[in-house]
Amino acid sequence: MTRHRGRGIASINYPIGMNLGGDPSQALVHSNPSGKFTVALSSIDLGQGMKSVTRQICAETLGVPVEDVYVDTADSDTGPHCMGSFASRGTHRVGNAVMAAAREARGVMMEAAAEELEVNAADLDTDGRGNIHVKGAPHRSISTKDVAIAAQFKQGKTISGRGIFLVPLSEVNPETGEMSPATCYAHACLVAEVDVDDETGEVAMVRMDSAYELGRALNPRLVEQQLVGGAWMGVSHALYETPEPYYPEPVHCPRDFVEYLMPGPGDVCPHDIAVLERPAPDGPFGAKGPGEMCANPVLPAVANAIFNAVGVRIDDLPITPEKVLRAIKAQGGARPQARR
Amino acid sequence: MLELRKDIFADERDDNLKEIGKGTQRQDMLGHVTGTSSYFNDHKLQGMLHLKVVRSTQAHARIRRIDTTEAERSAGVRRIIRGTDVPVNLNTLLSLINFGKDDEPSLAVDKVRYKGEPIVAIVADSEREAFEAIARVKVDYEPLPAVFDVEEALSPGAPVVNETYPKNTFTYHEVYDHQKLRFGDADAALATADHVLEQRYQMSPIEHAPTETNGAIAAPDTNGRYVVYTSTQALFFSVDTCAKILDVPSNTFHFIGGTVGGGFGGKVDTLTEPLAILGAMLTGRPVRYVFGREEEMQFGPPRGAERIYIKDGVMRDGRIVARKIRAYFDSGAYTRLSSYAAVKCAAHLPGPYTIPNVYGDVYCVFTNRTPATAMRGFGVTAMDFAIECQMDKLAHLVNMDPMEFRILNAYRDGDMKAHRREAKNTALIECVQVAAEKAKWPLREEYKRASSRKDGGGSRAVIPPTPTDPSRARPAAAGQQRTSYDRLPPTVTREPPREPPPPAPPPPSPRPAAPSHGATRFSSVFGTRRR
Repeated sequence: MTRHRGRGIASINYPIGMNLGGDPSQALVHSNPSGKFTVALSSIDLGQGMKSVTRQICAETLGVPVEDVYVDTADSDTGPHCMGSFASRGTHRVGNAVMAAAREARGVMMEAAAEELEVNAADLDTDGRGNIHVKGAPHRSISTKDVAIAAQFKQGKTISGRGIFLVPLSEVNPETGEMSPATCYAHACLVAEVDVDDETGEVAMVRMDSAYELGRALNPRLVEQQLVGGAWMGVSHALYETPEPYYPEPVHCPRDFVEYLMPGPGDVCPHDIAVLERPAPDGPFGAKGPGEMCANPVLPAVANAIFNAVGVRIDDLPITPEKVLRAIKAQGGARPQARR
Repeated sequence: MLELRKDIFADERDDNLKEIGKGTQRQDMLGHVTGTSSYFNDHKLQGMLHLKVVRSTQAHARIRRIDTTEAERSAGVRRIIRGTDVPVNLNTLLSLINFGKDDEPSLAVDKVRYKGEPIVAIVADSEREAFEAIARVKVDYEPLPAVFDVEEALSPGAPVVNETYPKNTFTYHEVYDHQKLRFGDADAALATADHVLEQRYQMSPIEHAPTETNGAIAAPDTNGRYVVYTSTQALFFSVDTCAKILDVPSNTFHFIGGTVGGGFGGKVDTLTEPLAILGAMLTGRPVRYVFGREEEMQFGPPRGAERIYIKDGVMRDGRIVARKIRAYFDSGAYTRLSSYAAVKCAAHLPGPYTIPNVYGDVYCVFTNRTPATAMRGFGVTAMDFAIECQMDKLAHLVNMDPMEFRILNAYRDGDMKAHRREAKNTALIECVQVAAEKAKWPLREEYKRASSRKDGGGSRAVIPPTPTDPSRARPAAAGQQRTSYDRLPPTVTREPPREPPPPAPPPPSPRPAAPSHGATRFSSVFGTRRR
């Protein structure tokens, strides 16, 4: 028995938002009398961090601390329409809608502050800590709380905003496929390193190194959570999972997590990630979306690493020990390729 | 470990921001880690009933008779719901955006098209009593031949899975059984390429495997409205789908969701809400319909399998000159969202590379299996697997480093993409360079200096003349090496090792009279356009 080490790479891009567009999202932002803001959405937080990333976008746009913003989602009576949380569209589409709503609310807030401070609204700025001050004269300031009270109880203004973001629907040419599928694309390249056992056909992950370009990492910890978890979904897809192990024959289909094979804690390997930020012109603060694409480069990178290790190409997923072993036997033994 | 490479593209960004870019703790973190976040299934309502469905035991069969008399007498049963009780018992999800025909019943009436298809719903006092009643429902089936393979489904005489699409393919533009992509003359370029590589790839189905299974709780509310707690990934999508199926105005419903235990695309199909609401309408009581794990794994929609054929032409210097692709999405018995993914897949061709001649045909095919649906990377993941395995093989064919091979062919700002839009804001080259750096993978200086912002456009921005008629077969260029994929019987390795350099390509050979297994499949794929 010999364990052969190999490295493989893959590079990919990924379209952000529903293909062809036509998928609007809306947001409403309003202040309570204490100058705390609520964002009302109908978007879904699946665990990816929708509430948190829209909260940061709203806070940044309003110029208030993130603690002063709360995102309420999803209630069809109070949240305006959103197409849904899929197609890597949350950060880009909903983020833009929240930005637009927050910008409108900020406009009213600054007007109200200007009236209180008896200056022109264009001369005011926020400090991001809950105060609005005259540019260049930080001592002439008013808290967002006092502005909110004045706006509602004295000036009769609603510090609120509405936002929508829509990429208009593109047509598709039936003959050529000419179309506008997406307005921006995320990118990635991943190197997978594996050990392949030529006696059992088993593949063990050794490490992954990757670079992901996402426009802007609005919250690097949420990005890390997506990229680490997504890469493992990719490994699992490449080496373990399927509800139909003998596809296309629908037999021996697993029914639970005992029968459905997935990697366990002992199968995890180090993953060293670099994030690049080339802002998308139409992204909220340039952001694209890491949601879906993080798993994609892993599958081919693992397959290519297996070739590099033992010289076999497995083009049918998942790459089970049985397939690896049969292919090694068919070529008369492992044929390690040039070490990379 | 995550490293932010702020040094790259720094001139395109304003990094002077206060909240953006911070690793702020999630708004919902405390709730999640203390187990107090509220999910749909945390709503236990007074008098709540439980709904379960009778599922088909057959992959394809006519329903002769459904006998529920014994089930009706079963303990705890409050209501039995049949297809005829569903106000609009035919729908397709994307009818909301006017794409595709209604093709799927909520409860099967005269035919079942996959094993596990819902036929009858039973509302009972407990899940156990619902299951006991299900065991007493008798369905008399007349089995029909079933088809499980996408290419068999397209062959003449294949069983018709779904009568809405009698040719077992989704209809595009009301004319074609596939989505086309045409850019340049792929056949002409393949004829002049130094190497041609034909390959077949098979993507497996995969389960979304969310921690929380699909489900909904619907309850009568005041003023004739219904409140619905749901695991949906798309709140208004589900509201509008239910309004259509139940034939009531959408503001009849008050949907509440937003905190969901994982989705990955598997919670868009609105599978549980319509029946839960209908149960509540018919009984006047709250009704809960939640998938068990086996239902989620077997009858909840998976990522569909895809079969992909790629034929590439590459020159000795590493430039890819043509890419021809035929892809089949296994949609299962109904459309759901696979029709959409096929168009997204066509748009994705030929991957993030600038290739002057690209040809794609993407099919959405119906088979007698659980309908597939969206999943993370929908329309793209399988194609990326195929393309990137192919890129690795091409790099070996021309004896190039696989990283440098990708940089050489990468798309750059100003290039024309195959769907006829200019590439902008690209960053593939930089990702390859940084990944190489991280992995200590040596790149030659000229590849380290390459940039997405340089050397694009110009002649690479041109939309080439594109033939509309099927182009005639052309003789292969002298010296062309044709590499077809054929695992049976095992023969010598077709790809030369990286070192030493590969031998000179063999002399040109005419198209073989009896081509290999792989080549046969491939030419049959591209030779005729099936309708």
